[in-house]
Amino acid sequence: MPSVAFVVASTMLAVAAGLTFIRLAMGPTLPDRVIAIDLIGVLLVCLLVVVAGLTAQQAFLDVAMVVALISFVGTVAYARYIEREGS
Amino acid sequence: MIGWLSDGLFIAGGTFGLLAGVGALRMPDVFTRMQASTKASTLGLGCLLAAVALRNPELSFVVRAASIAAFMLLTTAVSAHVIARAAARSGAPIWKGTLVDERPRRGASQDSL
Repeated sequence: MPSVAFVVASTMLAVAAGLTFIRLAMGPTLPDRVIAIDLIGVLLVCLLVVVAGLTAQQAFLDVAMVVALISFVGTVAYARYIEREGS
Repeated sequence: MIGWLSDGLFIAGGTFGLLAGVGALRMPDVFTRMQASTKASTLGLGCLLAAVALRNPELSFVVRAASIAAFMLLTTAVSAHVIARAAARSGAPIWKGTLVDERPRRGASQDSL
């Protein structure tokens, strides 16, 4: 049985990801959607850190590191694309 | 004692993550959305990593948590700046209540941005 703090934190992070998905769907310009994707990546890292605390498995922290790295590279690539093509 | 502190940090991290999501949904233009989501989510992730490192005080957890925190502190600032610069150069609309607009006009020299 997980403690209350884990349930509260993971629920809040899931709700935040849901709100960010709404922004990703309705974002009027391309930079809005890229910001939403970047925030979803950071929230995914946060959820993985919560799971690492819940299960006391350090492998989840390695996964969080990899997800953070890939999210950063993807965001920079999208930004280069927007700057070259215009929104 | 450590358990209570860790629980409080977990809830604080979740709250900052939720605030980042609300800010990304509710803020009026690209730049304020970027500001809200980047700052709040970085602080929330820092709280969560501190909570995990407090709950598992072993070398492997602490080193991984510290390296993730340092990496995210470096990269979220860089990615937010890159996105904001791309949005400004592509002419994204800004909120009508903005007081200071220091972006160069379209067609003027854009090298100083």
